[in-house]
Amino acid sequence: MLVIKNLHAEISGKKILKGLSLEVKPGEIHAIMGPNGSGKSTLSAVLTGNENFTVTEGEIYYEGKDLFQLNFEERAKAGIFLSFQYPVEIPGVSMINFMKTAVNEQRKSKNLPPMSSGEFLKYMREMKDLVELKSDLANRSVNVGFSGGEKKRNEIFQMAMLKPKLAILDETDSGLDIDALRVVANGVNKLKTPENASIVITHYQRLLDFIVPDFVHVLYDGKIVKSAGKELALELEEKGYNWIQKELEV
Amino acid sequence: MEKEQDKVLREVTESDYKYGFVTEIDADEIPKGLNHETVRLISKKKNEPQWMLDFRLKAFDKWLTMKMPNWAHLNIPEIDYQDIIYYSAPKQEPKYTSLDEIDPEIKATFDKLGIPLDEQKRLSGVAVDVVMDSVSVKTTFQETLAEKGIIFCSFSEAVQNHPDLVKKYMGSVVPYGDNFFAALNSAVFSDGSFCYIPKNVRCPMELSTYFRINAMNTGQFERTLIIAEEASYVSYMEGCTAPMRDENQLHAAIVEIIVMKDAEVKYSTVQNWYPGNKEGKGGVYNFVTKRGICKGENSKLSWAQVETGSAITWKYPSTILKGDNSVSEFYSVALTNNFQQADTGTKMIHLGKNTSSIIVSKGISAGKSENSYRGLVKIGKNAENARNFSQCDSLLLGDKCGAHTFPYIDVENESAIVEHEATTSKISEDQIFYCNQRGIATEEAIGLIVNGYAKEVINKLPMEFAVEAQKLLQISLEGSVG
Repeated sequence: MLVIKNLHAEISGKKILKGLSLEVKPGEIHAIMGPNGSGKSTLSAVLTGNENFTVTEGEIYYEGKDLFQLNFEERAKAGIFLSFQYPVEIPGVSMINFMKTAVNEQRKSKNLPPMSSGEFLKYMREMKDLVELKSDLANRSVNVGFSGGEKKRNEIFQMAMLKPKLAILDETDSGLDIDALRVVANGVNKLKTPENASIVITHYQRLLDFIVPDFVHVLYDGKIVKSAGKELALELEEKGYNWIQKELEV
Repeated sequence: MEKEQDKVLREVTESDYKYGFVTEIDADEIPKGLNHETVRLISKKKNEPQWMLDFRLKAFDKWLTMKMPNWAHLNIPEIDYQDIIYYSAPKQEPKYTSLDEIDPEIKATFDKLGIPLDEQKRLSGVAVDVVMDSVSVKTTFQETLAEKGIIFCSFSEAVQNHPDLVKKYMGSVVPYGDNFFAALNSAVFSDGSFCYIPKNVRCPMELSTYFRINAMNTGQFERTLIIAEEASYVSYMEGCTAPMRDENQLHAAIVEIIVMKDAEVKYSTVQNWYPGNKEGKGGVYNFVTKRGICKGENSKLSWAQVETGSAITWKYPSTILKGDNSVSEFYSVALTNNFQQADTGTKMIHLGKNTSSIIVSKGISAGKSENSYRGLVKIGKNAENARNFSQCDSLLLGDKCGAHTFPYIDVENESAIVEHEATTSKISEDQIFYCNQRGIATEEAIGLIVNGYAKEVINKLPMEFAVEAQKLLQISLEGSVG
């Protein structure tokens, strides 16, 4: 589904990613862990097309296509979803209107007719229940006045609505209390199918108590330096990132 | 590589004004120029009584002593008032009783504008007076309205058929010498709409006037007079378009509204005069005086306007809150793009006790345009417990446009509560990116955000207008982020 080969990327001349390679297959959950500044968020930015980052080397193929040939919304329409670390507020635009536009734009790209208001509201109710989102959020402006936890829940709700093939969860656990964490993780687990895949980017192991990854990768200084099964996350938690650093120096 | 947003900006700001066509019809025009003879000629053409001519001549003499106002934040090129045609009417006797008598070209014009003159085709809830250049060509549903005692007709007809009402109220809210453009209008106005709602009558349909400038070198000077008697109600809408022409065209209108005790008037405008091309050539100069008076107790006047057109807009729909407990609202979205300039806002003059007013103004500037809000809240000596809340927001798209706010507050009574809030914001790249990431293209995203921003005002418009206004905002702005 996703193949990243030798990816190098920089922001304002500063090299962040220095030869990252990763392969994600349908049905898999990959956790990417690493200390601050290792390049975790840069990876999600490059995957979704953020223009602030310049890719200097390497290739990314998504479903066999060169990802760099697609602009932001084409990537979204092709099924790539980013759960933002810092979701943006859009005053005046209701969640209903926002989601309806998004869902229908994506349907249009698949040559499907737009959903009627009735159908849409029903679908929205179902998805809200799925991610345990309080109903009044939908009538408020996008992320405006949402608490940190509500914003993250809202991201998972949007993920439920849009049914992406590849979901990238960028530090979705940051700023969440344990209940919110559970709700967010439940949402992700419920949305898991054999056809879709997730990349969970996180600093801490605790999210992985709830979302069980198939693979854990350690990102360090712009490269994946270690990959293993879910037990790696526990080991990291126990020994800290210094352990990796030491291991690398050896 | 050209940034996606810049590309969209370029594409969209170059999109065409779709009402810019010209209708080929024979017109009865008088020669260019303005003097006492012109005024007499217009009056004669309209077969007016002496008192009307006297009013015009008084106004003209006043106008001759006046200077064009220059206090607005506008750069108005010199206007040669002798180079304008002050009267142009589609040939054929104006005022058609039956649809068959209307020039098919005119009918086709309004069909194209989405304003069918055929009552059968219209939404049953809207009666419309259609004004082309200097005259009203058709008023629909007159008979239906007459059953309730409502008078809805062209201004010229009102002068002929209801002279007492016209004499009594014309100039009572906007005196002929009120300002330069009001004086000009009072001297040379050629037509407009007249509306009278009798006591205790709730007007069963939306009334609307559709203004169209067609002829070349012609100024449009219409006036609207609305009288809502005690405990009556009417919702009134106006819309306007003009052909694309390289030269500027002058539009100087007057609207007067009188609201009696317990009555309510809603006045909505979607202004879409030709704004000029993307280099700032051509476009309509829109210099309009709109004012209403809440004359009786508990009366209410609401203004809602969406201003997207005109090269220059100079317009301050205002309310005099004379009756105790009277209420007025002003909801406005003014959008400027390319080289458009707008200086618009309102005046709320509180004279009565317990009067209250709300001002919500949303400015949107894009391109190289200049957009100013100018508002006055005046609380008179006797206006005990007057209240005003003003909110003026500006949204900037790109970094070459300007947004300005000029609020004036003048309070002479200590019991008044006057609040003013103002914000300035930009559509951020992060917001656009967020939308993009959900599969919403930049154009749609901007439309969504701008309409969200303007929602509070759009919601105040009658349904039919609200839909049009939303589309208009989207067309006028899509992608204007630099």
